[in-house]
Amino acid sequence: MNILLIGATSAIAKAVSRLYAERNARLFLIARNEARLKVLADDLTVRGAQSVDFHVMDLADTENHANAVSNAKSALENIDLALICHGSLPDQETCESDFEQAAQEIKVNGLSVISLCTEISKLLKEKKSGTIAVITSVAGDRGRQSNFIYGASKSMVSTYLQGLRGKLLPHDVHILDIRPGLVDSPMTAGLEKGVLWSSPESIATKIVNSIDKKKHTVYVPGYWRIIMATVRSIPEVLFKRMKF
Amino acid sequence: MQLHGWGRFPRKDANLLEPSSPESFLEIVSEKEIAGSLIARGAGRSYGDSALADTVLSSRFLDSFLEINSTNDTIRCGAGVSMDTLLKVVIPYGLFLPVLPGTKYVSVGGAIAADIHGKNHHQDGSFCDHVERFSLLLSSGKTIECSPTENKDAFCATCGGMGLTGVILEVTLKLEKVPSVTIQRKSIPAANLEECMDLIEENEESKHSVAWVDCLAKGEELGRSVLHLAEHSQIGTKEYRSRKGPSIPFSTPSFLINKFTTQLFNNSLYKLRKQTAKRRSVNYDAYFFPLDNIRNWNRLYGGKGFIQYQLVLPLETARSGLREIIDRVSESGKGSFISVLKKFGNKNENLLSFPIAGYTLTLDFKNEKKVFPLLKQLDEIVLANKGRLYLAKDSRMSEDVFKSSYLSWEKFLEIKTELDPECRFASLQSTRLGLT
Repeated sequence: MNILLIGATSAIAKAVSRLYAERNARLFLIARNEARLKVLADDLTVRGAQSVDFHVMDLADTENHANAVSNAKSALENIDLALICHGSLPDQETCESDFEQAAQEIKVNGLSVISLCTEISKLLKEKKSGTIAVITSVAGDRGRQSNFIYGASKSMVSTYLQGLRGKLLPHDVHILDIRPGLVDSPMTAGLEKGVLWSSPESIATKIVNSIDKKKHTVYVPGYWRIIMATVRSIPEVLFKRMKF
Repeated sequence: MQLHGWGRFPRKDANLLEPSSPESFLEIVSEKEIAGSLIARGAGRSYGDSALADTVLSSRFLDSFLEINSTNDTIRCGAGVSMDTLLKVVIPYGLFLPVLPGTKYVSVGGAIAADIHGKNHHQDGSFCDHVERFSLLLSSGKTIECSPTENKDAFCATCGGMGLTGVILEVTLKLEKVPSVTIQRKSIPAANLEECMDLIEENEESKHSVAWVDCLAKGEELGRSVLHLAEHSQIGTKEYRSRKGPSIPFSTPSFLINKFTTQLFNNSLYKLRKQTAKRRSVNYDAYFFPLDNIRNWNRLYGGKGFIQYQLVLPLETARSGLREIIDRVSESGKGSFISVLKKFGNKNENLLSFPIAGYTLTLDFKNEKKVFPLLKQLDEIVLANKGRLYLAKDSRMSEDVFKSSYLSWEKFLEIKTELDPECRFASLQSTRLGLT
């Protein structure tokens, strides 16, 4: 299997890439930090990957996306799966008073994903097979006071993917929208973790299963579907007063 | 955040840091503002207070492999990699870990810090005898390479040194070629302790050897047991396997563990094992890690946790000493679902490593007031027989008991002071034992 991993050094991407390395996949990694990419590439090679190449770039630079995807294509020959995992967690307060900051966050979490999907879709359409899987977020299910710039970017991507799914159906290209809940990763290190937290490893196992089974939209772990259904069902009159 | 070891006793409110790379470890250790004691923590599988301090540095994100070399059978990885992950990676190469503890969920760093042993200690020594080298982050912020030839003092103090010399970052291990990971197991019942020890001596050529002892049986049957011997099978599977059994979701009420239930359990286990005693092919996972099949089995001992007591007595006093200990335990009726007896080979050069030539016995006790006086009595028997207790299991040994049984402690402290002059690395245990 030939796999393109974007935002490869994120905790979830790392855990997913390890599972595919165990299946002897060929991997192409894209991320910003070269040193961390090198460490991950060695790790995946030891874990059984058939080949590992990487490309260093800041994914906010959408003008370089076409080049990066074409590098991936020439290294992997064929792309069977593209997994898009990059993102940043913005400071909501700053974004509310500084539009430049908000626009930058929307670019990283929203527009850059759409740009990548555009490039990857072209290749997969031509090949008439393959999967694009994107990590979005439960934060995109409803705009909350504490996190709505991030949430809006993610829901933009989710809506985009719904449309893309239909558009690519005739070309046998599969689209998966992955919405993780709370992930116990280096980003949240040191916080007290309650029962709703999941390890990147358990999330990764579920992601790989969902890709194998060609699911459309998955909440990981699954109980987040129920939690978010509840959150969505709260009447706006009440919801607008909720400070979470 | 409240932390505890695998025994869930004692507990401590600690500042838990989970650095994501060796560089961030360096930053934290160089940060002089971190007040109080500092200790590294691997998978949290030591039983007592070895990995509890004011600030605890978790190695869980040091989980990358750097290199596998299949010509000289070595692997290099971060200190946070677990035995389970190592097995998953090395088994397809026809390789295996030369020493495995009773659980696959310990980290490599923890395995070095406790210089753990396996069921083959009598033949292959302990874990650190197969460690080629490791990098050690000192409290000065400097990282040194340690091996049996380079910085040997630091190597011998860190192996078995319970994290008190610094933080182990990257490790190179020597692996073992195996024909398969299928295990040929032979089980032999023994009517009492004497018979069991005779059987162990007779079967020393067997690579793996461990006995399950019923420590509640009395009189003629004192120490009745089943000895499990094992070798890697010449023909068999070369596939990694990890069983996924049930999980104990919460602490069960501790009154469920009492004289009657433990007796019932030990009785039925002994009878079952006796009936099924024979040669069998089993997967390595079932032979080496029987308890891993029940996740969070430590919760069975209730909210207050439990104490694991592992002792070793030298060969010359082992027979009478063990008899006295098992006698005392069976008389008390306190104890122990599963007690494990095993013969150790010779000791190594590491200063605080537990194994010495002799017999080791492991006992579990529910954490209750009445058990502490009993353990004190056992301490006395152990000391009188020139034995010692395993630091990775310990949560209550006194400074006196430690210092009169680990005779190299002064030499250890000398090297620790050289490596960590301000004594920043300390745990609840090291303070209790008078090392920091």
